[in-house]
Amino acid sequence: MEKFTGKVWILGDDIDTDIIIPTEYLALPTVEDMKPYGFSPLRPELAGQIEEGDIIVAGKNFGCGSSREQAPEIIKALKVSCVIAKSYARIFFRNSINNGLLLIENDQIQDVVKEGDMLTVTLGESIEHEGNHYPIHSLPDNLMDIINAGGLVKAMQKRNGIIE
Amino acid sequence: MGNTLIEKIIMKNIGAKSLTPGEMVTVNVDRVMIHDIFIPFVAEKFKEMGFTKIWDPDKVVLIYDHLVPTSAVEDVRHFKIGDQFVKDYGLTHVHRSDGICHQLMPEMGYAKPGNIVFGTDSHTTTYGGVGCFSSGIGYTEMASILGTGEMWIRVPETIKIIVNGELPSNVTSKDVILRLIGDLRADGATYKCLEFHGSTFENMSVSSRLTMSNMSIEAGAKAAIFAPDEKTAEFSKVDLSDVDWVYGDEDAQYCRVMEYQAEEFVPVTACPSQVDKIKDVAEVAGTKLDQVFIGSCTNGRLEDLAVAAKILKGKKVADYVKLIVTPASRQVYLDASRAGYLSTFIKAGAIVTQPGCGLCCGRACGILSDDEVVLATNNRNFLGRMGTNKVQIYLGSPATAAASAVTGVITVPEI
Repeated sequence: MEKFTGKVWILGDDIDTDIIIPTEYLALPTVEDMKPYGFSPLRPELAGQIEEGDIIVAGKNFGCGSSREQAPEIIKALKVSCVIAKSYARIFFRNSINNGLLLIENDQIQDVVKEGDMLTVTLGESIEHEGNHYPIHSLPDNLMDIINAGGLVKAMQKRNGIIE
Repeated sequence: MGNTLIEKIIMKNIGAKSLTPGEMVTVNVDRVMIHDIFIPFVAEKFKEMGFTKIWDPDKVVLIYDHLVPTSAVEDVRHFKIGDQFVKDYGLTHVHRSDGICHQLMPEMGYAKPGNIVFGTDSHTTTYGGVGCFSSGIGYTEMASILGTGEMWIRVPETIKIIVNGELPSNVTSKDVILRLIGDLRADGATYKCLEFHGSTFENMSVSSRLTMSNMSIEAGAKAAIFAPDEKTAEFSKVDLSDVDWVYGDEDAQYCRVMEYQAEEFVPVTACPSQVDKIKDVAEVAGTKLDQVFIGSCTNGRLEDLAVAAKILKGKKVADYVKLIVTPASRQVYLDASRAGYLSTFIKAGAIVTQPGCGLCCGRACGILSDDEVVLATNNRNFLGRMGTNKVQIYLGSPATAAASAVTGVITVPEI
């Protein structure tokens, strides 16, 4: 099982897509251009401080709001290893799978973890925090297929015979 | 065991005899909608995936609305890429300044009863107002539909909402859906479909139903569908006998049933900055406003402008308030002009703008700044949605908006 450790950033319930990336920045040419504005309405400093491998821990209904796919793309571009939330909004969930952003559902860790703590995730098994283990589930097979293909673009490239 | 409305639409689409929530199925898409904000990304992903032609160009609708008219030089890039995509792949349904996508899709007959439609916008749920299963997706999935005509979905569970009776005269369908979102909470319908039953919904206009389906995404819903009736058939220009199979069976299985009496509803508002933070308008009455907005894909239709015009006729907007009125489409604009509503607004001191998404999505036509308070008829009051993150956004009905514009403070409408 894949296992990784990262530093935690804490966000609350109902983190919407306008918080993840406000509409005014959506016409910037690339996700890299948009990246500095990630989470800016709520925490303008966050995008500059997140480091590769960090983990975002949030409450319920993460990613609610618009269909903007830049939301998971920006989180992925910030190089977090995964998001752990109590639940996800539907469109954001699909968009994350299609872009290979790992989402983990857990509703216990929020009560014990503080910003800056370290978490160790073992996929399909558990989250470890200060020696305690919190169980997590695997995604359904059809979604794992898309993730394993490297996202929906790669799955379609295979279909069209561009890549093996 | 019977089936819910959305199960029936999916069953007909895939030719299945039975279906249960949780099943993963691949559907044949009847229509897709792409708007200007995301067309560059759809075009890029489509090419990257290796597709050379669109599965059926007749089923694709491209609508410029978020950036019309442009408010920044970079916006033009979206139109250039869109126009090139139209040329390269032979799209014929293109609207460059006709109005907001979610008004045009049902209005122009692109989304019809019994159809399955996807769009690159979360408020694609709107077309449930005409008995269509429609939902929002991202641009990567849109690119894959353009190439294949197919989409995988998980058959959703359904929440049955029953309202019987007559709504008070100052209550609109906006108040009903806001109340429902407050009761469901912002994630209460996530992955689920809402299905509407009862005499109150039977008596509602198609426009009022579109408002409700539009906002259902604010409770997380995948879709929110009304069974088509004579009014729908007339609006969508179809024979009712062709679409009267689109309804939920009496013995269908619902994951939750919510029942209300229409007479109990009152005008409500979603307070800053969560759509499910619902209070009676009476509770926040007197809150001083800087701006009022009547428009958007939620409440920019003719009946919304009609109720606002009725309240504003012969009155003046408070001198410190900017009232911005945005019809949802060119047709609504024209109809409102012919009905005299626009001159009522202009005489009252309103700013009437061209159809489009500008203010609702925080890009143009009335952006607000720190500590300003706005009462708006659109669908989201998220932090920073219509300006800075210190703007206070209250959501309400067109009636509440018009009454509040006159007094300059949040006001319970009287009709």
